[in-house]
Amino acid sequence: MFLSTFFEKLGQYVLLMSKVFTKPQKWSVFFRQFVQEINKLGVGSIGIVILISFFIGAVIVVQIKLNIDNPIMPRWTVGYVSREIILLEFSSSIMFLILAGKVGSNIASEIGTIRITEQIDALEIMGVNSANYLILPKTLALMVFTPVLVTFSIFAGVVGGFVVAGIGHIMPVADLEFGFQSFFKPFYVWYAIIKSIFFAYIVATVASYYGYYARGGSLDVGKASTNSVVMSSILILASDLVITQLMMG
Amino acid sequence: MIEVKDLRKSFDEREVLKGISATFEEGKTNLIIGQSGSGKTVLLKNLVGLIRPTNGEILYDNRDLTKMAGEELKSLRQEMGMIFQGSALFDAKTVFENVYFPLEMFSKISKEDKIKRAEFCLERVNLKDAGHLYPSEISGGMMKRAAIARAIALNPKYLFCDEPNSGLDPQTSLVIDDLIHDITKEYNITTVINTHDMNSVMNIGEKILFIKEGSLEWTGTSKDIMSSTNEALNRFVFASDLFKKVKQAEMKEATAQHQKPTTNQI
Repeated sequence: MFLSTFFEKLGQYVLLMSKVFTKPQKWSVFFRQFVQEINKLGVGSIGIVILISFFIGAVIVVQIKLNIDNPIMPRWTVGYVSREIILLEFSSSIMFLILAGKVGSNIASEIGTIRITEQIDALEIMGVNSANYLILPKTLALMVFTPVLVTFSIFAGVVGGFVVAGIGHIMPVADLEFGFQSFFKPFYVWYAIIKSIFFAYIVATVASYYGYYARGGSLDVGKASTNSVVMSSILILASDLVITQLMMG
Repeated sequence: MIEVKDLRKSFDEREVLKGISATFEEGKTNLIIGQSGSGKTVLLKNLVGLIRPTNGEILYDNRDLTKMAGEELKSLRQEMGMIFQGSALFDAKTVFENVYFPLEMFSKISKEDKIKRAEFCLERVNLKDAGHLYPSEISGGMMKRAAIARAIALNPKYLFCDEPNSGLDPQTSLVIDDLIHDITKEYNITTVINTHDMNSVMNIGEKILFIKEGSLEWTGTSKDIMSSTNEALNRFVFASDLFKKVKQAEMKEATAQHQKPTTNQI
């Protein structure tokens, strides 16, 4: 029963994606929507990304300092470990778990409401490929804007670390700075960005899938929104493992 | 003209449409009536291709919708306009943008002409001054009129209306009915209306199809309803006070005429 439901949903998702990734019927309409979605999903998320990254960056520095404080451990280790955590996991995976809640639920509830108010039927009757019209701009916008979000997140996390070290007198800022710069591998930035683009795809398409197939009323839209966040989070964590193995293993 | 032949639709084991054959005539308002759950909406959704039938043919001027896919289906759909029960206006767009949208997507005329056409359609439904408003800022009647304007933007050959009067007061319902009727005549459209509203049946019902439990029970005009002997139809129609009164008035008139002495008798 579980397996049949799983394969049914997987098939439905694949069919939906085959409708989504087709040539837009009108490029001018697509580009207009694409820019709107970048503004709504991407630019609209910068604030929360900076806020969360700043505090988590600060907390990571405090935690690392408290937990590895040892006379035999060089003081710059705190900066080094904090940077690796921010770069490798926080600014990509954890940030997208948060965005699955913010952006994913937004997409699922928006498309779900469009579905239950028959706007999707109206598009279909006009001859518009509703899946392509509604989902493609959102998916591409989030994927394209993701490197910007990741960059802001890394930057805000590092700034958070500096602020807590400097103002909170946790440790000398110079040691933290030395640690942040030690053994830096530029590939890790690319790794974080590439991984995040995959996560952006998961968040946008899974949320769209749940919204597109929402049935019933407002309660069902709420349910679709919740399910999309749960499923996106699971898929982000599972694919994180696979991508990490592939890129770092 | 739309012709339906032996249309059947089942959901799992349950057969909702049981072999309906009917014709929807060009330049006329064709009304589908019937109780809730009788299969009216399923029939309408089959007609517009939102649901695929289990069996049967849906012929749009001899082009079978059930055998269409891809571009062929898209091009047929551009000949259709539909007014949904809840209007289904795009709530992220203004009224003008809603009407402009199908033109922007599919019309090959210049941008200026598209704007003119959208303005004309809004004017046709008396919404010229509401173009800048969002659907959430207008009344139910205005939403229905905006939906009509959007539906006629591409000069459709076929117009479908799902409960166009639901949620409207009787006066606004009359306006919507008249608008649909006038547009049908003006552009010689094949109009199919799914309704419960007996006022609409009286006002604009040129051809009426009564559906009962998924089967076509009766076909005729609004005048034929009065003289119909179909029990199921009478039970459905004369549940309406309006029709009851009209029927009683007609019977009274007929009795009076019957009792009136003729010149020969005098």
